[in-house]
Amino acid sequence: MSRAFVELPVVDHAANAARFNADAERTGWHDAALWHVRRKRDQAASAVPEWEALRELASQIKEHTLSRLDEYLVAFEERAAANGVHVHWAADAAEHNRIVHGILELRGVRRMVKSKSMLTEECGLNPYLEARGIEIVDTDLGERIVQLAGEAPSHIVMPAIHVKKEEIGALFHERMGTEAGSTDPQYLTEAARQDLRARFLEADAAVTGVNFAVAETGGFVVVTNEGNADLGAHLAPVHVACMGIEKLIPKAEHLGVFLRLLARSATGQPLSIYTSHFHRPAPGRELHVVLVDNGRSDQLDRADFRASLKCIRCGACMNTCPVYRRSGGHSYGSTIPGPIGSILTPGFDLEKYAALPFASTLCGSCSDVCPVKIDIHQQLFAWRQVAAREGAVSRSKRRMMRLVGRVFGRPAWYRGAGRLARGLLRSLPRRLLYSRGNVWGRSRELPEAPRHSFGDWFDEHRGNR
Amino acid sequence: MTVGLFVPCYIDQLYPFVAVATLELLERFGCDVVYPRDQTCCGQPMANAGCVEDAAGAHRVFTEQFSRFDYIVGPSGSCVLHVREHMAGPASKDSLGAVRAAAREVAGKDVGARTYELCQFLVDVLEIDRLDVSFAHRVGLHAACHGLRGLRIARASEIQAEPYDHVADLLGMVDGLELVELARTDECCGFGGTFAVSEEAVSVRMGRDRLADHLRGGAEVITSTDMSCLMHLDGLILREKLPVRVLHVAEILAGHVDARRAAFAGRRASFAGGWS
Repeated sequence: MSRAFVELPVVDHAANAARFNADAERTGWHDAALWHVRRKRDQAASAVPEWEALRELASQIKEHTLSRLDEYLVAFEERAAANGVHVHWAADAAEHNRIVHGILELRGVRRMVKSKSMLTEECGLNPYLEARGIEIVDTDLGERIVQLAGEAPSHIVMPAIHVKKEEIGALFHERMGTEAGSTDPQYLTEAARQDLRARFLEADAAVTGVNFAVAETGGFVVVTNEGNADLGAHLAPVHVACMGIEKLIPKAEHLGVFLRLLARSATGQPLSIYTSHFHRPAPGRELHVVLVDNGRSDQLDRADFRASLKCIRCGACMNTCPVYRRSGGHSYGSTIPGPIGSILTPGFDLEKYAALPFASTLCGSCSDVCPVKIDIHQQLFAWRQVAAREGAVSRSKRRMMRLVGRVFGRPAWYRGAGRLARGLLRSLPRRLLYSRGNVWGRSRELPEAPRHSFGDWFDEHRGNR
Repeated sequence: MTVGLFVPCYIDQLYPFVAVATLELLERFGCDVVYPRDQTCCGQPMANAGCVEDAAGAHRVFTEQFSRFDYIVGPSGSCVLHVREHMAGPASKDSLGAVRAAAREVAGKDVGARTYELCQFLVDVLEIDRLDVSFAHRVGLHAACHGLRGLRIARASEIQAEPYDHVADLLGMVDGLELVELARTDECCGFGGTFAVSEEAVSVRMGRDRLADHLRGGAEVITSTDMSCLMHLDGLILREKLPVRVLHVAEILAGHVDARRAAFAGRRASFAGGWS
């Protein structure tokens, strides 16, 4: 999703997923862990009688906001500025990084703590600042784990969901000197907590994400389970909050809709542990908000795909996606993986991410679980059309589809092709039928071909029409 | 009531007995069934591969063959969903607008709204409440995604509303049939059209996981509204020699499973033990 990030080659989801699946036991473990979260979401949602009405309301509020995003953004800026907040506008990832660095440099910041922010991941903020001599510590436990491991998050809500506790124990032993061989989650969490506590105290600045920004008040809300955003923002003299422009909602009362949906959809909690409202800097402190476009205006302009901007980053579509659960977040090669990532990222770089809309069976579970009713699977379908039209689908596949399409346009050709295919299925020796080119047949038998089609049967038994 | 029998291409070619069962069922409930002989394919394979323009010929043939009928009924939720949603749905979004407009021009009337998946038609239109058929086996119902979340034949597990399930209701009318409990009631099997080949590893894993769930539940037979899901699962069953068989729901609802299949016997003709 990042523009400023190191350029990777074209993402081959199928190959990445095949590598993930090579470890069948681990694939099963990953699938079960995320399915467990999906089940928790089901239980939490079922406890809210008006759940479906809430989803509809949230969807409509977001649709409305997107239809007047320019007005709400300006209103937000005015209120926030009146509250003493410095508001910055960033057209893309590079500008975002320059702005944040500029703020930190001016105040001589050397050490910075950061709570979870997929936007800063998208913009590649960490490597940008590290290259300029600023130390960044991710304070969300999951993000801290992947930071120490030198990896990218594999999930937007549970960044280290792909890491087993044994691996965390080994990592912490190496990086924080915890006991060798320890895998006790409580012990490891406490070790991370103590390590982070010191870093909170010595930080010169805190960067946080934003879950919701409210146009009418100029305030914003940050949701965490660990309280790390609060600790960072309240201890450090400078707080920089980075948000995509689609995070806006018109009124504070709308929080009552979104907060009820967010945590239930994300983790099955009725509410996250910390829901922190920020409106103005504390006396003697600084509060900055960076509003980032980075391709969002382009997406807003695409009729088929603008609804993807309704996303509140709950991650429910990942937890429910049978493909994500069995291929892992890293297989998508983008900051936002899974179904929502597969409709957001092609808008950034179609050539690179053209495989993602095809990394789906179009089962539709993502759309039904989405708390803001994004028609994710429809957009996956629509992106496929765009990808093929723009030449991002292999020439051999397109040639094949053109040929098959021609056959289906001519009834006589169709009947002839069907007869031929059945004949081959029936007569070819197994060795030829299951040669290397038959990908279906690697793990599956081909269907048995009957001597007669239904059409043949009908002609014989019911006469021609 | 005149019903146009829509037989998806792969059922026509590979599972003709499913089409026969569908025909028999519709006739048993008093429908005047016409099989338009020149039908080919709904166009979904091309469209789902991103090449919806290449489906134009299939869309034209479909609308020419079917626009004259009061009802169009086919034994596949997936193909019916394609007809309803992608071929002849509302032209509100830009990338599909032209395709849908072309389909409507040929159709004259809204073909999509008159096209039904078989179980949907039996329950919503014919409102049948008895079948007079028996099938004394433990059956696992695979909820095929496009019928489930596209056509809303049943309530999907994500949705917080009163549960209903047209397919389970129909199977409930079959004497002796026992539906098995599944841990995951409506997870995708991993077929997904070209996905089955382009994402082979995930597809196969998804299929294996579904089968394990049905086997844990004690299913002797796995059934579904969609033979394409079952083709994928059957491929794994046969390769891994698992003690379970697949049958399209139309076969069970129409009864006489074995006799109908025997008429089309292929290489693997014998269904050991038989299903009656």
